[in-house]
Amino acid sequence: MDMLGTRDVYGKTLVELGRESENIVVLDADLASSTRTNYFAREFPHRFFNMGVSEQDLIGTAAGLALAGKLPFVSSFAIFLAGKAWEQIRQSICIPNLNVKLVATHGGITVGEDGASHHSTEDFALMRVLPNMTVICPADGVETEKVIREIAKHQGPTYVRLARPKFPVVLDDAYQFQLGRSFTLRQGKDLTMIATGIMVYQCLRAAEELDKEGVSAAVVNMSTIKPIDAPAIASAVRQTGAILTAEEHSVIGGLGSAVAEVVSQNCPAPMKIIGVDDLFGVSGNADKLMAHFRLTYPYIAEGARQLLKRK
Amino acid sequence: MKLSPEKLKELKETARICRRDILRMTTLAGSGHPGGSLSCIDILVTLFFARMRHDPRQPKWEDRDRFFLSKGHSCPALYAVLSRAGYFPVEELDTLRKLNSILQGHPDMLYTPGVEVSSGSLGQGLSIGNGVALAAKVDHRNIKVYIMLGDGECQEGMVWEAAMTSAQHKLDNLCAFVDYNRLQIDGWIDDIKSLEPLQLKWESFGWKAIIIDGHSFEEIWQGLMEADRTKGKPTVCIARTVKGKGVSFMENQAKYHGMALTPEELSRALKELE
Ligand SMILES: Cc1ncc(C[n+]2csc(CCOP(=O)(O)OP(=O)(O)O)c2C)c(N)n1
Repeated sequence: MDMLGTRDVYGKTLVELGRESENIVVLDADLASSTRTNYFAREFPHRFFNMGVSEQDLIGTAAGLALAGKLPFVSSFAIFLAGKAWEQIRQSICIPNLNVKLVATHGGITVGEDGASHHSTEDFALMRVLPNMTVICPADGVETEKVIREIAKHQGPTYVRLARPKFPVVLDDAYQFQLGRSFTLRQGKDLTMIATGIMVYQCLRAAEELDKEGVSAAVVNMSTIKPIDAPAIASAVRQTGAILTAEEHSVIGGLGSAVAEVVSQNCPAPMKIIGVDDLFGVSGNADKLMAHFRLTYPYIAEGARQLLKRK
Repeated sequence: MKLSPEKLKELKETARICRRDILRMTTLAGSGHPGGSLSCIDILVTLFFARMRHDPRQPKWEDRDRFFLSKGHSCPALYAVLSRAGYFPVEELDTLRKLNSILQGHPDMLYTPGVEVSSGSLGQGLSIGNGVALAAKVDHRNIKVYIMLGDGECQEGMVWEAAMTSAQHKLDNLCAFVDYNRLQIDGWIDDIKSLEPLQLKWESFGWKAIIIDGHSFEEIWQGLMEADRTKGKPTVCIARTVKGKGVSFMENQAKYHGMALTPEELSRALKELE
């Protein structure tokens, strides 16, 4: 299985975009070596601004650059961007609806050993609730490149969540990312798994497990969390009658909530939300934490079995 | 009051042991932040082994002095000092950053005896220290609050919001240290966002600000004495330090900010600390 670092792909794609457009500027807050914006910094030092450990200033400065006609890409770790600078994002980017691209790395709990302070299981909720904001979490490195290219064309505030570890590649190069559109990776009859980020891979594994038991699960990559692909959710309900969601995020306020908002109001059906329970992270190796927080495929398969009993 | 020669010798020896602990535990963990731990360790050792009133058998004793590690990533230094002071067995250091360890990658007060508050997101420790110092004033409790700030950390606006609070409330029961090793993650502070003139900044914010050598126990001690003498305002000791201090190949190298030594590097480093 090919592995690709979503942040590595981001760093490389930014450099390509920088070559294609003079208008792109990049800002970071003393994590450029980790977010990979240092690739851009090396090639375009005059269009790169390292703001130091000042996330709130980072956001305000990006807003000013956008006002002045630049296209800012802004990076830090997910919790320091979405969390530390949340109200600045709300006031200075979302209310004025400015064209600022927030690309956070180190989302979720696969941040690993750094522990609770550095994990981010709240960012989908924090960003999704902001009017004008678009929220995207790519499934792998292949999709990351397409997402970064697409949001450079799209107008408006955007939050993209990437990860620390490398992800297995689940999409092929021919895949076309369309903002606001989900993508069905696997057809199924008995239930639909709707996932984002690393959980797309875990759901594909879970679907293989279930297949052995004669359960046919569809797997949908919902990389755009907002605006959510409501028509795709409705058709999944029509086709399979049961929805499982999976995300490397709190079970509160993220993809599961977004899908439930559609299902409960437009097309009621039994649901199971897989994610991090209402707990803070702990230190540990990323793979061990995935199991510790019950995000790996055996737990997803178990969730699916429970869900089918309620169908 | 001066440090006795015996005390001085003891502090030096304790700091040497703690430096070894820092390097061993991060290499065993395979990650962590050795550079900034080595730059602040001499100050932590002075506080915990010569200055602060505290009792490892009663971590929650109400009249203890408080230490807040605002630059939470340097917790290997804090864990070394706490274990050597007797808050928990030294063997626990081997579990740093592993699942189910009492020693989290960043300080967590719910896991580790002696850790006063959870930290890791930079910029927040001075405000918390102010709160504790204010409560002590309200309760007429004679305790001292110590804060360890990073120099990169001082780029956070909240540090300066807090600095105004300390001065506004004349918190002379509070003493901050800035670990001025001149490096942050992406390079030199002066190339990214300079703090200078740092002493004047603190003074203009209403603080007593003194510059010390953060690797000289005598000067750290003098700073602490100065803080005790200063009435009506908080004191900050701007400590000139070296990131990676004590290991020749780590000194002044940004790359050891958040990278543990390899086992080979570790054995070389431990030789230098014999
Ligand atoms: C709010 C926040 N932003 C970013 C980080 C990531 N980070 C950890 S350490 C560090 C650099 C800190 O530099 P400094 O305070 O000088 O630490 P030292 O050199 O003493 O280790 C950064 C940016 C963080 N922990 N918290």
